Amino acid sequence: MITERREQVVRREPGYRDLAERLGDFDEVEKMFSAEKAVEQAARCLNCGTPFCHGYACPLGNVVPEINELVGGKRWEEALEIMLSTHPFPEFTARVCPALCEGSCVCGINDEPVTIRQIEKLIIEKGFTEGWIKPSPPRRRRKEKVAVVGSGPAGLAAADRLNKMGFPVTVYEKDLYPGGILRYGIPNFKLDKKIVDRRIDLMKKEGIAFECGIVVGSDISYNYLKRHFTALLLAGGARLPRDLNIPGRELTGIYPAMAFLSAQNKRVIGEPLFAEEDITARGKNVVIIGGGDTGSDCLGTALRQGAAKVYQIEIMPRAPETRPSDNPWPLWPRVDRVSSSHREGGIRRWCVNTKSFEGDEKGVVKRLHCVEVEWVKKDGRFIPVEKEASNFTLDANLVLLALGFLGPGKDPLAEALRLERDARSNIAVDRCHMTSTTGVFSAGDMASGQSLVVRAAADGVQAAEGINTYLHP
Amino acid sequence: MKNDDALRREFADKGMYNPASEHGACGIGFLVNIKGEKSSAIISQGVGVLKNLLHRGAKGADDRTGDGAGLQFQLPDRFFRRIAEEREIQLPSAGHYGVGMFFLPGTAKVRSECCAIIDDQIKHSGMRTLFWRDVPVAPDVLGGISREQMPFFRQCIIDGGDLNSDALERKFYVIRKKAEKRISTICREPDYFYTASFSCRTIVYKGLLMPHQVEAFYPDLTDSLMESAFVIVHQRYSTNTFPSWPLAQPFRYLCHNGEINTLRGNRNWMASRERDFQSELFGDDIKEILPVLEPGVSDSANLDNALELLCCGGRSIDHSMAMLIPQAWGDKYPIGPDLRGFFEYHAGIMEPWDGPAAVVYTDGRRVGAILDRNGLRPARYTVTKSGFMIFASEAGVIDIPPAEVKEKGALRPGEMLLVDLDEKRLLKDTEIKMRLARRRPYRRWTEENQITIHGFFNAIAAVEVDRDRLFASQRLFSYTREDIRRILEPMALEGVEPVGSMGADQPPAILSEKPQLLFWYFKQCFAQVTNPAIDPYREELVMSLMTFIGCADNLLAETPQHAHLIKLSHPILSNEDLRRLCSLEEKGFRSIKLKMQFPAGGGGSALEEALTGLCLQAQEAIKKNYGLIVLSDRDLDENMAPIPSLLAVSAVNRHLVDRRLRTSIGILVESAEAREVTHMALLLGYGASAVNPYLAFETVAHLAERGLLGTRLSQQKAMENYVKALCKGILKIMSKIGISTLRSYRNGQVFEAVGLNDELIDQYFIGTHSSIQGLGLEEIAAEANMRYEEYRRCLDGEDPGQLLPPGGHYSYRRGGERHLWSPEAISLLQHAVRMNDYDKYREYAYLINDQQEKQATLRGLLRFKKREPVPLEEVEPATEIVRRFVTGAMSFGSLSPEAHTTLARAMNSLGGKSNSGEGGEDPARYKPVPGGENFCSAIKQVASGRFGVTAAYLASARELQIKIAQGAKPGEGGQLPGHKVDEMIARVRHATPGVTLISPPPHHDIYSIEDIAQLIFDLKNANPESRISVKLVSEVGVGTVAAGVAKGHADMILISGGDGGTGAAPLSSIKHTGVPWELGLSETQQTLILNGLRSRVKLQVDGGLKTGRDVAIAAMLGAEEFGFASAALVCCGCVMMRDCHSNRCPVGVATQDEELRRRFAGRPEHVRSFMFFVAEELREIMASLGIRRVDDLVGRSDLLEQNRDITFWKARRVDLSRIIYKPEADPSEIRCTRGQDHHLSEALDYRLLPRVEKAIESSEAVIVETPIYNCNRTVGTIISNSIAVKYGNDGLPDDTITLNCRGSAGQSFGAFAARGLTLKLEGEANDYVGKGLSGGKIIIRPFSGARYDPSRNIIAGNVILYGATGGEFYANGLVGERFAIRNSGACAVVEGVGDHGCEYMTGGRVVILGPTGVNFGAGMSGGIAYIYDRSGVLDRNCNLDMIDLEPVVEEEDIEELRELIVKHHSYTGSPKAVHILDNWQECLPFFIKVFPIEYRQVLGKMSREDGDVRRIAPQYN
Repeated sequence: MITERREQVVRREPGYRDLAERLGDFDEVEKMFSAEKAVEQAARCLNCGTPFCHGYACPLGNVVPEINELVGGKRWEEALEIMLSTHPFPEFTARVCPALCEGSCVCGINDEPVTIRQIEKLIIEKGFTEGWIKPSPPRRRRKEKVAVVGSGPAGLAAADRLNKMGFPVTVYEKDLYPGGILRYGIPNFKLDKKIVDRRIDLMKKEGIAFECGIVVGSDISYNYLKRHFTALLLAGGARLPRDLNIPGRELTGIYPAMAFLSAQNKRVIGEPLFAEEDITARGKNVVIIGGGDTGSDCLGTALRQGAAKVYQIEIMPRAPETRPSDNPWPLWPRVDRVSSSHREGGIRRWCVNTKSFEGDEKGVVKRLHCVEVEWVKKDGRFIPVEKEASNFTLDANLVLLALGFLGPGKDPLAEALRLERDARSNIAVDRCHMTSTTGVFSAGDMASGQSLVVRAAADGVQAAEGINTYLHP
Repeated sequence: MKNDDALRREFADKGMYNPASEHGACGIGFLVNIKGEKSSAIISQGVGVLKNLLHRGAKGADDRTGDGAGLQFQLPDRFFRRIAEEREIQLPSAGHYGVGMFFLPGTAKVRSECCAIIDDQIKHSGMRTLFWRDVPVAPDVLGGISREQMPFFRQCIIDGGDLNSDALERKFYVIRKKAEKRISTICREPDYFYTASFSCRTIVYKGLLMPHQVEAFYPDLTDSLMESAFVIVHQRYSTNTFPSWPLAQPFRYLCHNGEINTLRGNRNWMASRERDFQSELFGDDIKEILPVLEPGVSDSANLDNALELLCCGGRSIDHSMAMLIPQAWGDKYPIGPDLRGFFEYHAGIMEPWDGPAAVVYTDGRRVGAILDRNGLRPARYTVTKSGFMIFASEAGVIDIPPAEVKEKGALRPGEMLLVDLDEKRLLKDTEIKMRLARRRPYRRWTEENQITIHGFFNAIAAVEVDRDRLFASQRLFSYTREDIRRILEPMALEGVEPVGSMGADQPPAILSEKPQLLFWYFKQCFAQVTNPAIDPYREELVMSLMTFIGCADNLLAETPQHAHLIKLSHPILSNEDLRRLCSLEEKGFRSIKLKMQFPAGGGGSALEEALTGLCLQAQEAIKKNYGLIVLSDRDLDENMAPIPSLLAVSAVNRHLVDRRLRTSIGILVESAEAREVTHMALLLGYGASAVNPYLAFETVAHLAERGLLGTRLSQQKAMENYVKALCKGILKIMSKIGISTLRSYRNGQVFEAVGLNDELIDQYFIGTHSSIQGLGLEEIAAEANMRYEEYRRCLDGEDPGQLLPPGGHYSYRRGGERHLWSPEAISLLQHAVRMNDYDKYREYAYLINDQQEKQATLRGLLRFKKREPVPLEEVEPATEIVRRFVTGAMSFGSLSPEAHTTLARAMNSLGGKSNSGEGGEDPARYKPVPGGENFCSAIKQVASGRFGVTAAYLASARELQIKIAQGAKPGEGGQLPGHKVDEMIARVRHATPGVTLISPPPHHDIYSIEDIAQLIFDLKNANPESRISVKLVSEVGVGTVAAGVAKGHADMILISGGDGGTGAAPLSSIKHTGVPWELGLSETQQTLILNGLRSRVKLQVDGGLKTGRDVAIAAMLGAEEFGFASAALVCCGCVMMRDCHSNRCPVGVATQDEELRRRFAGRPEHVRSFMFFVAEELREIMASLGIRRVDDLVGRSDLLEQNRDITFWKARRVDLSRIIYKPEADPSEIRCTRGQDHHLSEALDYRLLPRVEKAIESSEAVIVETPIYNCNRTVGTIISNSIAVKYGNDGLPDDTITLNCRGSAGQSFGAFAARGLTLKLEGEANDYVGKGLSGGKIIIRPFSGARYDPSRNIIAGNVILYGATGGEFYANGLVGERFAIRNSGACAVVEGVGDHGCEYMTGGRVVILGPTGVNFGAGMSGGIAYIYDRSGVLDRNCNLDMIDLEPVVEEEDIEELRELIVKHHSYTGSPKAVHILDNWQECLPFFIKVFPIEYRQVLGKMSREDGDVRRIAPQYN
């Protein structure tokens, strides 16, 4: 056995398009590795005997070490094959996933993790451009039909797996086009909608039917579905936004973040907007309340729309730059993250609590009244305490609330079936993802609460397994 | 306690004890008057020899019962004539009557029936019983156990009538066999009947005796008319304490020191042959002697049976012996073609009875001895001028005036000697063998009749790969991506077995939810203590994979036709080979293909039906004169699922063996299922003649075709590599159990089963040990069907990709095999210890402990019984409990220095112990640092490599641990490649940086159970304050080994689970060798209790302990102390990369890389936290069980029960009742309450110490004179310890203390002798002189007054200077095998050496003024040897893999050589040295410098061109 010292390759990322250029359009901002670079970076992978990326972090269980090893050997097609064995649509997560895998990468214990997400992106894009990805409908069809309600990541993942198993699948979507959050939530500059279309097309070619603009439970009834399908999967997401019930909330110009993002995405794909949907930041002072990813997406969108000034405020303190000791590897590192949008402009503030909105005479918001807070430990928990004499105001004529989501909210079908809910108002499911009604399943944010695309996808995959087990015990 | 057979049976029935595992080893010898003159003195001399071999035997728990001793000698005619006269009976003339010596039942009625049967048989044979004689005995001298079992002794004197000599012996043989068969029907336990001897030539007196009891017990022996020309003596050391009277030796034709590892195979083959026996000599009687091998007796006894058959069948005794225990004769062995022809011819008739063996044999007219091919038993002899010869396991067992000595010699590996009393001559090996070789034209017979299939130049033909079909087959036979990537790819690429690291933490096959190949339910057996493993690489010349197919019919005849066989150079058939074999049209070799298949979806009965069908078809095929059966799973019929190939092969083999048809046919296996080395070994071990792994070939071909093996590797080359890797792997597996030849490995079943039920075993794998029940045919069928369904699903397009499942055995994969060290478990534990957070630890422990849903370990199937709890405060505090904890042996070298010291600091601060591992330790760590912190590893390991084992190293320990085996790779050596040996490691290991270091598979001073007693004694001498422990690995029979070790006075025995970790080992060893500790520990506990030995010795366990619950169960199963290795490393940051062998550990734990070492983040506190958490969890469990002290928990397996609520279908078939069986015994007998008596006070050193104390104090020179005897063992070691304690490795100034000894020194003379001590010996020495020499000086010269030429006579034994680190050694005479083995610093001059000289040597200088044996310099990576070779054939005797030979021309070399010879002369007065020095210029050209290649390279002594050659030293593992 001959060991050679590992070449000291440092982590490199492909980076982003130039600021000036990217702010002028809504195209994807992140660049892609060259094949050579990806091969070089993949060689940093240690091929761990116990891969935490695969076994601990990734909800889908992507077999990262094998993928990296194959890429290292320039065996792209095989790498793609292995990737697709656990992942229904790597092109989405390769763009939007925070890369939990990298948070648990062994290289990251005392060095920089492997650029797993970027490698994944190149593999799947190569797959499409090289023509390795071809529609492959199942060789044999089963007789049991399955309906999937919702075409977000969970619904699509489940539909894909069920279809591959041979079940005829129909996906119902309330919006005009399928994709859910992928299409309407995530800005185009992070996930180009052509990428979504490409996947949907592929799925259609593999035999999945998409019925859009249909609200299941009101446009079509449960009884109808029951007659036509053997199993039903609800994957409607968790779209009920958390609100901020403070004085002045009723003013116009204050919107949930998703409404703002969705409007821009519709513009991108040329979907007509109703007047009340047509929210834009052009020329406005924008304050985004909420320091998370959605807030960041709003920031980037607002800047591109030509906002005069953008603030992003957050009640929590700024996260540290490196892992705190109670957040050791391989846990997801709770560190400060600077997104591409953050680098584009806007002002971020932490430890800011919004006390009230002040409106102008037309009932339009014009100012926020805020206060700085300190986080102090009380009874073992940290709570915010207002700092004395720290009151200040922020001028704003567009306020976006990016405070997260509360759950699925009222869903006509769930109401009709009186599906049981869990403590957090999500649809309650068993190990097989079945709800309290036999034959009705649920997956994704709807069943497990707001989360990441990758978790929703993984949940969808598991739900498909659950449905398979139900149909073929 | 009661100690009888009934109890033993009960233990065996309900518990883990296994009588089949008992081993023996011994001291043997004979005395002979070559001229044939008879005397009575020789008998008492024989008894004297026995007494002097006492230390080679053992005593039982009562200290008065010996394991057995006995004598065999010529029938004393004058004695019996007088006895007859007293009865007024006329005896026929000598040679015309015989005497039977019988052990008869105690019950009078049965006894008289036995005698009547014998009388009847004698009468029936046309002979006449003259009279019966009750043999007088003195039972008073016996120990309790011996006396309880004492039989009744009677001799029967028979008139032979017209018959005499061979014919009479033959008739007696038949009578005995017939009588025994009849008596076995009436004689019931505890009664027994046994024929000690029945001959007209010899008689045996033996019993369960100690040497000093022999004469007193049998007054006959002191009778002045007891006359013989020879006497054979035997003294036994058994691993258990209820050896029986009949198992004492000598037997009727031989006595044996050693062990037959291949016994099961030999029995199977012998049984198969019986049907074909024909002999004019026996006539119709031939049927009466069947079965030839007595059932239920020892290996040695069966060997005696076989020898008896061959002798009575007409072959001479030396001929027979050479057939049974042939010497090595492979291509690499330097012997002539005629002799090779002899052995090759006989190899086709009889497989070797393989295993370490020194055998003394006699047919009454000739007496001789033979040593097996490995020569691992000592065998020394002396011939006097008056024609008297003494042969024994040791020199000096009898006093002979020096002037009387004509010759002093030793038997060499594979050699024989024979004293022919008719010819009145001593015959040496060459003469005996040449006579045998030319009896018949054997060479020509083999050349003319053999059929050779794959020869030298036949490259493997290309394989066509159909991708879709390949993929479908891979699915059908459960191939995984891992199988291809981790197993096949490295084999095809490099031709070696793939290596991995860390332990096996996946569930055993029986608990895995994934359908497992049947292969995974078997574990390889391996040698530990009772016999040595072999080094299949460095000692390859004794190994052989050659095998024969065909029908060698009548064993008792000798014709050219016997050589008409197919000869395979190895057992792996390429597709082409198989095709050629199948197309043979020759008579007796026509082939028929039988498909291994059963209806898919069918249950156990369908499978059984298919198997029965297969067996009947095979039987039918034999009837139709087919010679080859091909069992195949290729192209199975529609809707048929494959039968696991192992099951099919074993079933057919078993069926044919039982019907005595097996030798009539060759069984070839064409299997897609078999792909790994272990699979091949299993198929061969259960009866296959050869295997064609066609799917593996296709897979490899496919890899090559796609260019995945590099561009230069052709398909053919890849397949050749794969075959090469398989062959090497098979050799390795054989060598682990100490078997040298495939011919005797085949059908030998050296495996144990884990998770198969008794019915299945009894039907298809009979004789295989299985202790926990498990699968039957029903479940095997179910798993086969699961695989088949998977395959169908894939065919049906449900999974249209060409992707195989990930696997997960070797790396963690989600959806693959589960691992206990899951990412969650690792992260929780690390979190817990770093934050010192017990709650997090609990989460971790829950993950490991709770196996209600997902089972991972045998202990997971157990639960605690409900008991009245006690308050937690009443339980022994954790600070006490952690003192019982140790960390596992992990060498400095495998761990980074940071990790190594972290463990030591943590354990020292707890009062527990850390273990140095086998890599030595920096002397700077021996003493606590000024601040008081202690970096010294409390346990110092002594392993086969003996790296850095110096007197000071030993003196620094609180415990010395003899590492016999390691859980991850028992029976294997190791290799630290040169590039890993940096300055630091080299310094600590006393090696040269950059030079490869090899650990041999066996300890070269432990070849048998009596040797370990010796090593324990040596170490106790080297550090009387330290306790001595022995590390064994869990396998079937480990309990009996442990009993032997306990009798060898170990203070503690560590039972290590087979799942334990490693820094590097072949994957097949990690996964397929050794069983979980639960099995080994419970077997050991039960066996020690049964033997009354448990209270003498502590038990420790390790191998995957992770939580307090694990510790609780281990304690209940018998352990007092507990070891953690992997868990401790995880606390230090290990994330189970399983890549330790690459030196690339990313967390600085298992690496020497400076950069990576800096990343080490472990702290002693982390390890401490873990130990306390475990102790705390244990306390909680104890409280819940109402137990307050750990001592009260030890051995309380009655508090455990099997968790029957577990519903997993396979787990429900497991039965753990044998594991938790608790033998009835006094509470003081179930744990260590007494300790050992090492008899150290008898050491000669203690008598000498007062005379040298002042010298040690003040370095004032002193000379002490003392006589010495062979029972004075390990002389000089205690004195050296005193020096080392005071002065460390520096010692005293040279020659401060000089001991002048005169006589025959016992074993281990000058072991670990420290600098400043000079041992001068006039006389001779036994084995292990200067073992671990640490700077001292040893000088041996013959007795003054000896008249023989010292340069032609043996003066000292085997394995001299083993692991020496410094010092000097001079011997004026020849020495034995393996001289200067693993020497790393001593200088030595001797006059000639045996085989394997300077093996594994890494440093020092050796000058040999005379001959060397074969395989000189094998594995020699450092140091220099100068050899005076006048023969010019030294290169033929060398193993040239790692060395260069060159003339001595450089000035400094010449100077060095001359200086050493001058010293040799001045110290020993060697005449040869005088001659050489006087004729220096003429002699110098005949000196050859043996220069290891790597050593030359690091010394910068290689020419530029030579140095530029990219050279890969032979890499193994």
